[in-house]
Amino acid sequence: MADFRALKDKIAIVGVGNTRYGNFPETDDYGLGADAFRAALDDCGLAKDKIDGLLVCRIPYYARMGEILGISPRWTIPLPPHGRMSSMGIIEAMAALEAGLCDYAALIYANIGRSRRVNYGGDESPNVWDPWGYTSPGAAHAMMFRRHMALYGTTTRQLAEVSVAFRRHACLNPDAVMKQPFTIDDHENARPIVLPLRLLDYCLINDGAVCIIMTTKERARDLRKAPVQISGIGAREAFGNASLSNYEKDFWYPQLQEIAADAYGMAGVGPGDVDALMCYDNFSPTVLFSLEGLGFCPRGESGRFVEGGTLQVGGKLPTNTDGGHLSNSYMQGWALNVEAVRQLRGECGARQVPDCEVVQFVAATPCSRSIIYTRG
Amino acid sequence: MSAYAKPLPKLDTLNRPFWELARDHKLAVQACADCGDRHFPPTPVCPGCLSKNQGWEVVSGRGTLLSWVTFHRAYWGGFAGDLPYDVCLVELDEGPVLVSNLVGAAEGGFQVGDRVEVIFERATDEITLPKFVLAR
Repeated sequence: MADFRALKDKIAIVGVGNTRYGNFPETDDYGLGADAFRAALDDCGLAKDKIDGLLVCRIPYYARMGEILGISPRWTIPLPPHGRMSSMGIIEAMAALEAGLCDYAALIYANIGRSRRVNYGGDESPNVWDPWGYTSPGAAHAMMFRRHMALYGTTTRQLAEVSVAFRRHACLNPDAVMKQPFTIDDHENARPIVLPLRLLDYCLINDGAVCIIMTTKERARDLRKAPVQISGIGAREAFGNASLSNYEKDFWYPQLQEIAADAYGMAGVGPGDVDALMCYDNFSPTVLFSLEGLGFCPRGESGRFVEGGTLQVGGKLPTNTDGGHLSNSYMQGWALNVEAVRQLRGECGARQVPDCEVVQFVAATPCSRSIIYTRG
Repeated sequence: MSAYAKPLPKLDTLNRPFWELARDHKLAVQACADCGDRHFPPTPVCPGCLSKNQGWEVVSGRGTLLSWVTFHRAYWGGFAGDLPYDVCLVELDEGPVLVSNLVGAAEGGFQVGDRVEVIFERATDEITLPKFVLAR
């Protein structure tokens, strides 16, 4: 019987690319996606006609993307524009590469939410609870964080540590959108959106695109840069409260525990071996939930765990070293996977984690995923 | 009286009984006649056993406050005059979890775990919204 753990160290990310991040009304998803694709090809030195697998996310029409890039692959997957798709897509591409459905997969994500004024609530995303004024993913995370505060005594000042750390990282990242540092007090006094969450707990909304090129580790040897291999994966869904705008009463703890067991077991490492964490941060509370679920700290203690700069480069667990969704770019997980690759390659300049050998990505969502990357 | 400006539910065959009962000041959840699973929002088959033999069960209207949030942003113009407004999450004694509004409680006057009970607020001739107050 097949076992996903047999995929350990078989598949590598060989090329990564991103556009600038910001407000680009002069172009669109396809134009940004093409720029990221060119950058990723250049990063790995691969000719575009070698690409025979295409995964697109938040791109309106996969075939138009292929037409624009002048490729007609033998494996194609379009994914919907949901934040949780990045690691889902990378894991799907892994399986396709191992099965031989394609030899070189390009994964392209683009977002034009800033220039097109997307706001993720109200009539944009109709829901059964609209009559009571309950809308937007931020509200669900506010609901979860209020409950976490009540159950465990977590405070908004502790939550601020997450946002403060990521902003500090963004200040070290030339690509990042937000470069103005702020303090815990600034976070406490920021504009309320859906309390207990304030502006600085919310991800950015910006335009941009990311491309990741993957292949087998054998093929990776012929390319420009040292491959970054996928050593562990874990995946669990929690669809039981999908109608509550992704509110999850247990903060995805049971799912994350199972994912941790799978991913760490497959990779042969534990939380103590992780040099840097890339944590899906649509809203700051998700980071706390992820830390508990993966076992970086005991359940309910994430607030105390992050106090004093734990998540900052130089701290105990450098997290979202590019600035994350809160301060770098809202690339819905894709840029965090790129940052994992760059950290392992030692390309991160002022925000580089020294001797970086193990980087973990995690997304705590209704489709929770984790990927453990190591140097190939 | 001005027209109701907030979003209203779109009634369909699945959810119509909920809103008809709410208009009569009865809170109901969908219940499976085969396995007894109770749930809301309604589903075309029972999530427990996939039966299509489902009906509606009027519940006690009592529950526990799981959490609440306070909106300072109006995603619809109709809510602009209400800012800031509270939205609560209630776990009914019968099991299902509902989103609603907590009415008549002063800021700081309630906490997670408080007991709540349903009241009904008329929105239009067709729609009456179940809302919650702290239990007496």
